[in-house]
Amino acid sequence: MTAAGTTGAAKERNEAELIARVLGGEKDLFHDLIRPYERMLYLTAFSIVKNETDAEECAQDAVVNAYRNLAKFRGDSKFSTWLVTIVVNEARQKLRKAKRAKEESLDETIDSEEGEYTPAQLTDWREIPSEALERKELRATLQKAVADLPGIYRQVFTLRDLQEMNVAETAAALGVNENIVKVRLHRARMMLQKSLAPYLKKTAAPERRGFWRKRPWS
Amino acid sequence: MELNCKHVWAHISEYIDRSVPAEVREDIERHLEHCEICSAVLDSTRNILVLTADNRTFELPVGYSERLHERLEKELGSAEVSQDDES
Repeated sequence: MTAAGTTGAAKERNEAELIARVLGGEKDLFHDLIRPYERMLYLTAFSIVKNETDAEECAQDAVVNAYRNLAKFRGDSKFSTWLVTIVVNEARQKLRKAKRAKEESLDETIDSEEGEYTPAQLTDWREIPSEALERKELRATLQKAVADLPGIYRQVFTLRDLQEMNVAETAAALGVNENIVKVRLHRARMMLQKSLAPYLKKTAAPERRGFWRKRPWS
Repeated sequence: MELNCKHVWAHISEYIDRSVPAEVREDIERHLEHCEICSAVLDSTRNILVLTADNRTFELPVGYSERLHERLEKELGSAEVSQDDES
């Protein structure tokens, strides 16, 4: 906690310095400023537009917009949160335009107040190690499960679990309150467990006991 | 308090995030000690989160980073950072 906190504070100081220098005329440093967030920009946009080409375009537009508006960044939020807010807006605009073109209504899923999110009930889960991700079909299965989540859940899941943003940052970036973030995250995780766990248990769990003795982390 | 499985499921996400109140956490842990189903629900959920968050699962398009910086380079060459609001 303290180590991570110190690193975070050092990073923010470093960013504040970079921002000041970009504004002072060393504009090429903006490349360095956004480099740590390339993945975040893309995944956030993708969680909204669900299309590689559009997501990439949103990320580019967001970076250009962030550069043009850098003087307006006041440092009262983290630079990363500010950047995510920009890409969320870009992606939402793009989605609205695409929907209008197709004359479809925005399919904003409504949170139902009650609603049982029952997990898949199984026993004896054998951990699937990360090395299993070398298999393309496992990656494809996980991608599809996330893509199949309703939009409002997919977006919260992407910011919280794929990008490890905290509840407050996620709420700020998506313009919802923190409780909604928690509820949606819970449902997203339960939906993923339900759609993935039975399938993964059958197909991806290692068969041989011997494998486990080699786990370096146990 | 003795929790039933449904109560535990309702708290799974907060439990994973370590944001459940201490007394609820203890109740959940007592339940997990003897409930194989809830233990498997928790383990599978955690496992799925680790797998989906792995950078290999969601890869960036090939050449994405290069194109992003090229676009930015064009912008940097053509514009000045605006120092005031809208002008």
